[in-house]
Amino acid sequence: MIESPAATEHIQAHPALQHHFENMEQQREAGTLGMWVFLVTEIMFFGGMFLAYTLYRSKFPADFASASNHLDITLGAVNTGVLILSSFTMATAVWSTQVGKRQTQILCLVLTLLLGLTFLGIKAVEYYDKYEDALVPGQLIPGRPFGPEVAQEGDHDRHKLHLLPGATVEHVQMFYWIYFAMTGMHALHMVIGAGLITFLIIFSVKGRYDPEYHSPVEVIGLYWHFVDIIWIFLFPLLYLLGRHFEH
Amino acid sequence: MSEHIVPVKVYITIFLVLLAGTLLTVLAAFHDFTYHLGSRTFALNTPIALAIAVTKATFVVLYFMHVRYSTRLVWVIVTSALFWLVILFALTFADYWTRGWFSIGW
Repeated sequence: MIESPAATEHIQAHPALQHHFENMEQQREAGTLGMWVFLVTEIMFFGGMFLAYTLYRSKFPADFASASNHLDITLGAVNTGVLILSSFTMATAVWSTQVGKRQTQILCLVLTLLLGLTFLGIKAVEYYDKYEDALVPGQLIPGRPFGPEVAQEGDHDRHKLHLLPGATVEHVQMFYWIYFAMTGMHALHMVIGAGLITFLIIFSVKGRYDPEYHSPVEVIGLYWHFVDIIWIFLFPLLYLLGRHFEH
Repeated sequence: MSEHIVPVKVYITIFLVLLAGTLLTVLAAFHDFTYHLGSRTFALNTPIALAIAVTKATFVVLYFMHVRYSTRLVWVIVTSALFWLVILFALTFADYWTRGWFSIGW
């Protein structure tokens, strides 16, 4: 049997190369492009919530500032750092796959997963704090409707709501709808991301990724960095908007 | 293989820049950047916070997400996201503002 040049090429091709692609580079670029198109839809999805935030904050500036001041700035800032560090370890995971350092790759992916879970843990602590102070909006929690205690002049209890002049409890609730929608949706993306990274770790241990083939690591990395970017905007917009009114 | 491999040194630099940006945005939030010029008031805290956030996001997109070294087609897709976002905000606010629903200016 005489083998055609095309057939020979196929035998030598990388096992991960799908038949509808010319070569590994084309396959990788198609994957990256596809992920970016998906991220555009994600940007528009979060964009709608950022729009709602902007509208209601313009309408109720003092209420939003008062509500924001109740959030724990230390936990928010630490979580920002945790997420930035996890983006760094993810980027390093992509790099170590590109240069073929498998031990570093697995280590970086595990670190990224742990940092992602740390973020979710800190977020859970914050959510519990809001539950304790009855700041979960509407009737979302049965038997614990929205109804924070309002602090009087001179009361510094941080579990009470400190209203700035012109703010009302009713409009503070609007902030908390948006806060829970945005951080909840962000946290859901983190959970999905953690699942995807777990999948990457399993296949890394099996040795599936190499310098020739690492699209999944690259593409899930893009998703992870995108989730980080959303938080980069959420942190100042949710936690920091009213701090300069406090003193 | 024409793939551009970003050295780890670059990632470390970007990581440190992002941490510095986070510190800066927290420090800036506690300072009151409200200025009065004649009868007009300029509340600059939010613009400053957003400027820092946009700078941080740009660093993530260009280096962590490799867009700086990506194909033109990826650039087009990323730009299109910003383009649609501008339409979303600009058209919605053109509506709300012209109805005079907001008592405050920015």
